[in-house]
Amino acid sequence: MSGMLGMVNYWAVIVLMMVGFYTLIARGNLVKKLIGLNIFQTAVIMMYVSFGKITGATAPILIQSGDHGGGGAEHVVYSNPIPHVLMLTAIVVGVATLSVGLSLVVRINEAYGTVDEDEINRKDNGL
Amino acid sequence: MTGVVTAVLFAMLAITGIAVTRMRDLFAAVMLAGIYSLVSAGLFVVMDAVDVAFTEAAVGAGISTVLMLGALALVGHKEAEPKRRPVLPLFVVVLTGGILVYGTSQIPPFGAPDNPAHLHVAPYYLEESDHDMGHIPNVVTSVLASYRGYDTMGETAVIFTAMVGVLLLLARGPLPRRVFHQGEWITVRPGTTREELEATLHEGDTEEAHDG
Repeated sequence: MSGMLGMVNYWAVIVLMMVGFYTLIARGNLVKKLIGLNIFQTAVIMMYVSFGKITGATAPILIQSGDHGGGGAEHVVYSNPIPHVLMLTAIVVGVATLSVGLSLVVRINEAYGTVDEDEINRKDNGL
Repeated sequence: MTGVVTAVLFAMLAITGIAVTRMRDLFAAVMLAGIYSLVSAGLFVVMDAVDVAFTEAAVGAGISTVLMLGALALVGHKEAEPKRRPVLPLFVVVLTGGILVYGTSQIPPFGAPDNPAHLHVAPYYLEESDHDMGHIPNVVTSVLASYRGYDTMGETAVIFTAMVGVLLLLARGPLPRRVFHQGEWITVRPGTTREELEATLHEGDTEEAHDG
């Protein structure tokens, strides 16, 4: 039972990941593809953050003796901070990727007058 | 209780994601993508990743949306109707999803405190950062800025590279545009008005008529 329950979170993340993946490969519009890539990337971040979660734990910000409820500071369990650090980097790099992708789309639009994949292929093949 | 909140947030994310995929108006799709980022920030809070949550809310829901709106202003916001049924993409997506779900059978269960990920350097960071970093309470800050400072430096290098790429792509001013007309490409200089372009195209037509 707990084994099944422990996997549901990952499966939900995989569903979101596949929604992004579908948008990425099935839609012809280049901006739409980048939105799909963003959804995919957020799902990957959720996956990593899930790995860092410990049931019943709290955010990895140390409770100090001066804080209220600080008496039990020795018994506090913190979630794993490492996935959080890695995903902070991933979010920022994702925006960098997105900005380069969008500038490519703008240049493609200048050169072809369209951002639709089929249209671009048609013009490339000279039909 | 946390389980219920997580389930509701996941359901909202799935609905928003599918709506983004089905939306033909790109302006609405970009706005829904911003909502998706904001809801996922809520999910990160539930999963104890508060730093990831506010970065996602600021960068994912804020800056990404602004960048996409800027791009939409330049390329237009209507998506063409799809011409064929997406049978192959659906097949690929279902297959990939199936393989990933199969892969989760090897992953340690969600939230268990003795997962391998929690047994390596994470305990050291949690126990020693207060002493090492001079009482900075946020462990994520300590790890990001000091223990793994080189990662952050590499991230800065990536952002710099991306900035150089964007500048090279966009900062050259308008480039000659090519127009597809009657079976061949015609190069149009920047600054050509629509009337001039049409005049050039008609000139080409009459020359062709002469040749014929």
